[in-house]
Amino acid sequence: MTSTSTPGGEAARPFLRVCNLVKAFGPFLALKDISLDVMEGEFVCFLGPSGCGKTTLLRAIAGLDLQTSGGIEQAGRDISLLPPSQRDFGIVFQSYALFPNLTVARNVAYGLESLGLKRAEIDRRVADLLELVGLPDQGAKYPSQLSGGQQQRIALARAIAMSPGLLLLDEPLSALDAKVRVHLRHEIKSLQRRIGVTTIMVTHDQEEALSMADRIVVMNHGVIEQVGTPAEIYREPATLFVADFIGAMNKLPVRVEDAEHARLGETRLQCRPHALDPGAEATLAIRPEDVVPVEGNGTGSANRFAVTISEMEFLGSFWRAWLAGPAFGAAGLEADFSVNAIRRLGLEEGKQLTVELPADRLHVFAGAGVDEDG
Amino acid sequence: MASLGLGSRAAKPKLDRDAWAVRAFMLVIALYLVVALALPLTVMLSKSLSTYRFDLTAFELQIDKGEGWSVPVTLASLADALPADKRPELATNHDGRFGVVDLLPDFSFRAKTRYRLRNAADGAVYLYGSERIADREWHEYSSNEFRRVVVRPAASRGLDNYRTYFSTPSLVQSIENSAWIASVSTVLTVTLAFAFAYALARTCMPLKGLFRLVALIPILVPSLLPGIALVYLFGNQGFLKELLLGESIYGPIGIVIGSVFFTFPHAFIIIATALAISDSRLHEAAVSLKAGAWRRFWTVTVPGARYGLISAAFVVFTLVITDFGLPKVIGGQYDVLAVDIYKQVIGQQNFEMGAVVSVVLLVPAVIAFAVDRAIQRRQVAALSARAVPLEPKPDPAADWSGFALCLVVAVFIVGILAVCQFAALVKLWPYDLSPSLRNYEFDRMDGGGWEAYGNSIRMALYAAAIGTAVVFVGAYLVEKTQGFRTGRTLFQFLAMMPMAIPGMVLGLAYIFFFNDPANPLNFLYGTMAILVLSTVTHFYTVSHLTAVTALKQMDHEFESVSASLKQPVWRLFARVTVPVCLPAILDISIYLFVNAMTTVSAVVFLYAPTTKLASVAVLNMDDAGDIAPAAAMGMMIFYTNVAARLVHLALTRGLLARTQAWRRR
Ligand SMILES: Nc1ncnc2c1ncn2[C@@H]1O[C@H](COP(=O)(O)OP(=O)(O)OP(=O)(O)O)[C@@H](O)[C@H]1O
Ligand SMILES: [Mg+2]
Repeated sequence: MTSTSTPGGEAARPFLRVCNLVKAFGPFLALKDISLDVMEGEFVCFLGPSGCGKTTLLRAIAGLDLQTSGGIEQAGRDISLLPPSQRDFGIVFQSYALFPNLTVARNVAYGLESLGLKRAEIDRRVADLLELVGLPDQGAKYPSQLSGGQQQRIALARAIAMSPGLLLLDEPLSALDAKVRVHLRHEIKSLQRRIGVTTIMVTHDQEEALSMADRIVVMNHGVIEQVGTPAEIYREPATLFVADFIGAMNKLPVRVEDAEHARLGETRLQCRPHALDPGAEATLAIRPEDVVPVEGNGTGSANRFAVTISEMEFLGSFWRAWLAGPAFGAAGLEADFSVNAIRRLGLEEGKQLTVELPADRLHVFAGAGVDEDG
Repeated sequence: MASLGLGSRAAKPKLDRDAWAVRAFMLVIALYLVVALALPLTVMLSKSLSTYRFDLTAFELQIDKGEGWSVPVTLASLADALPADKRPELATNHDGRFGVVDLLPDFSFRAKTRYRLRNAADGAVYLYGSERIADREWHEYSSNEFRRVVVRPAASRGLDNYRTYFSTPSLVQSIENSAWIASVSTVLTVTLAFAFAYALARTCMPLKGLFRLVALIPILVPSLLPGIALVYLFGNQGFLKELLLGESIYGPIGIVIGSVFFTFPHAFIIIATALAISDSRLHEAAVSLKAGAWRRFWTVTVPGARYGLISAAFVVFTLVITDFGLPKVIGGQYDVLAVDIYKQVIGQQNFEMGAVVSVVLLVPAVIAFAVDRAIQRRQVAALSARAVPLEPKPDPAADWSGFALCLVVAVFIVGILAVCQFAALVKLWPYDLSPSLRNYEFDRMDGGGWEAYGNSIRMALYAAAIGTAVVFVGAYLVEKTQGFRTGRTLFQFLAMMPMAIPGMVLGLAYIFFFNDPANPLNFLYGTMAILVLSTVTHFYTVSHLTAVTALKQMDHEFESVSASLKQPVWRLFARVTVPVCLPAILDISIYLFVNAMTTVSAVVFLYAPTTKLASVAVLNMDDAGDIAPAAAMGMMIFYTNVAARLVHLALTRGLLARTQAWRRR
């Protein structure tokens, strides 16, 4: 289910709508006019650097910290001003917040116990949930007797026990070590698919977001920079911030010539179509893996440069090379070459070669710097 | 994006039942603090600014000596006609009465003269016997009746009381006295407590556990108990009297020694904590830099514990300057502020002056409190860096000198109690040392008897139960609920305030507030309830801080999780918060219990004949000369507190054993 940006197109009504949300802490705006739609069953990640407002947005959706203005609608119901207890969500925090004095089973059963169910029915539901998160025999233990990863899964089981319409996860994996983290990513994702619950996860780990999300919401300084599938976000970043924040990116200062051309020093480059005015200063961006080594000496044709390999680093499945050339200034150009290409072209440090910057991989963004975007 | 029509309205949350319940509870507890603290203090402050003066211009008099009524004259003009040395003193207090006949030099109640008096101004009042006359009519009296006519003073606001206070040398002297004994006691106690704590923390001497226990004993007895022991040891019949080289124990010497005794544990706890957190790595660094032991002591140990030392100094200073029981018992003619309040109120019934002295006493207490809070905040910051605790290494010379020092302190502490216990168990110290239980026949003495002891236990249990509930729920609301920001800040402030309010001041404020017939809460006056109220309020701050510390250690997302699971707050509170915080809750209740048993100052103005307390009985029996029974009662308080502590220990141990499966230590 790799959905595109809005599955169902016009026909489907979004499950969750966030409209013009603003959150102020005194004079400081943590959220500036955020609007967002989430479809039923979607797995959405809020991704962004620390302090960009991800948690604030999540807590506003949960009703834990009320927004300053703006509205939220869930399943066709205006929930903007409802207290958390009248909304329909389950939540997992970074700290898990498991009740230390209750056993794992009682933790999971905490919400079920007041539904007026029979004891046996509750026990059955708890057993099912523990089974679902892969910890069937741990019900009698206390949280402190479990590992971090296990506690995380119990917190998840507790959050979905009441079959909420919306599952909210605030950095659920960041307290775990790397290995457990990768494993749990998988588990959470497949669990989410099985029960089909609409899920929003906050993270500042791009790898986590790229591997788990149906759609990613990239945030910065309290605004949404881009919303899209992982592939869109990665391949077609909408802003320089997104381009820079996700994956590696070469950035080169250029001057715009026309809608498809920019000038890098003396060289006129063809690039992706853009809407910047001719003559404007801009930044040209290309990912290291999009730099193509070409055989022979074809400097004459478009978007090709003669460069020297100043340094190489072996990164397992590929090599990263730093390329020096008159067009690239002191910073040089980073390029990832496959092990094959290295062997085929006989590349090594100090060697000269020609690289092509394919026009459809050359993004042009307004502004000269990275930190000046909004 | 299509607008939902939710646009940009300013968000105001809908409140669910929980939110209403939380607000209601918060209101109740805030109301508690306002009624039990803010209002009484305000009333007291305003009393200190109330002055009462006989306004003689407000009364007119006519006299008929058989030849018809004279022209009306004001009483003021009569007073002016008197010779200068006969003129009446017009300043008075709210209870003042002034006999009109004092203005008539040739008055005789047998004369046939008739008198007419009237109030010449609104608000003027005079009494005929107990009949209150406030109208503006003329009233006629025979000379026999006129004897019984007195005028009442008019109230006004101003600083007159303060002017009187500061121009009365005997009263002002108390400020100096109080400051002097508090300073001397502070220096002595902090030095001694530091040495004691240092020896325990940094040497390998034996019996550390025992010494630590002994150091805490004074908390369990009323502050006036050491005074009684000192009387036995150094008083007029004391067998160690010669040691004083002719000085009297009744006065600053006695107060200071007794103060060192009862403030020692407070200083010890603070300094021991400060020493425990100082970092061994600093010492290792100093050693590696070849600093000698002396240099290390001054450059590492003392600076490391400096916040603790300063904090301890302020705490001791405040305790001594606000203490009432000890100087009452052993102060003799040496007046201090806390006793002045008592004398003004109980002795002279001059409540306004009592209020003035209270305000004067508030000043150092509030300053000490503010400084201490500021320091505590810094100390917390210093604490957050991870320190490696220091492990002392054996060093016979240091170990044994430390041991000797601790032994001296321990003998001093235990000795004081032993003297009291011994004196209580003999017939008549020092003349007849044969054993006797006669001193325990409290019912034969003035002071309240065994009933007072029973009252004390009841009062302490109530204070522990009710106080713990109020404090813990209050702390929970402040710490764990959202919104209502200004209300919470105000609440925090009110909760911190009792620490700065001396017990005597609180007690006096309660008289003003609750003894006012116009106050709907007047029915509390003279009941057990008001004793519980004043005790809980007096010891609110430390309890509150204990609760807040425990609550801060709980994950702050529990409330959010609970709400997301659609569970009411009270369920989380009962099922998770209270069980997890139970050790702290037990700590709060034992703290309240022990202090309720020992406090004198918070209750001395408030007990009634039916609600006499053991601690007050100690004071009153001592006052009446029944010193041995006073000592016996003091020791009863001690044993009761020891028993309470043992119960507390057993409960805590049992609880931790039962819950260790989930408590990570
Ligand atoms: N209670 C508060 N009072 C004042 N400012 C706050 C408060 N809570 C958050 N902020 C500010 O709002 C901004 C957004 O905070 P938020 O917690 O949403 O960031 P985040 O994206 O979740 O970051 P992180 O990745 O570090 O968790 C931050 O600059 C933060 O300092
Ligand atoms: Mg966050």
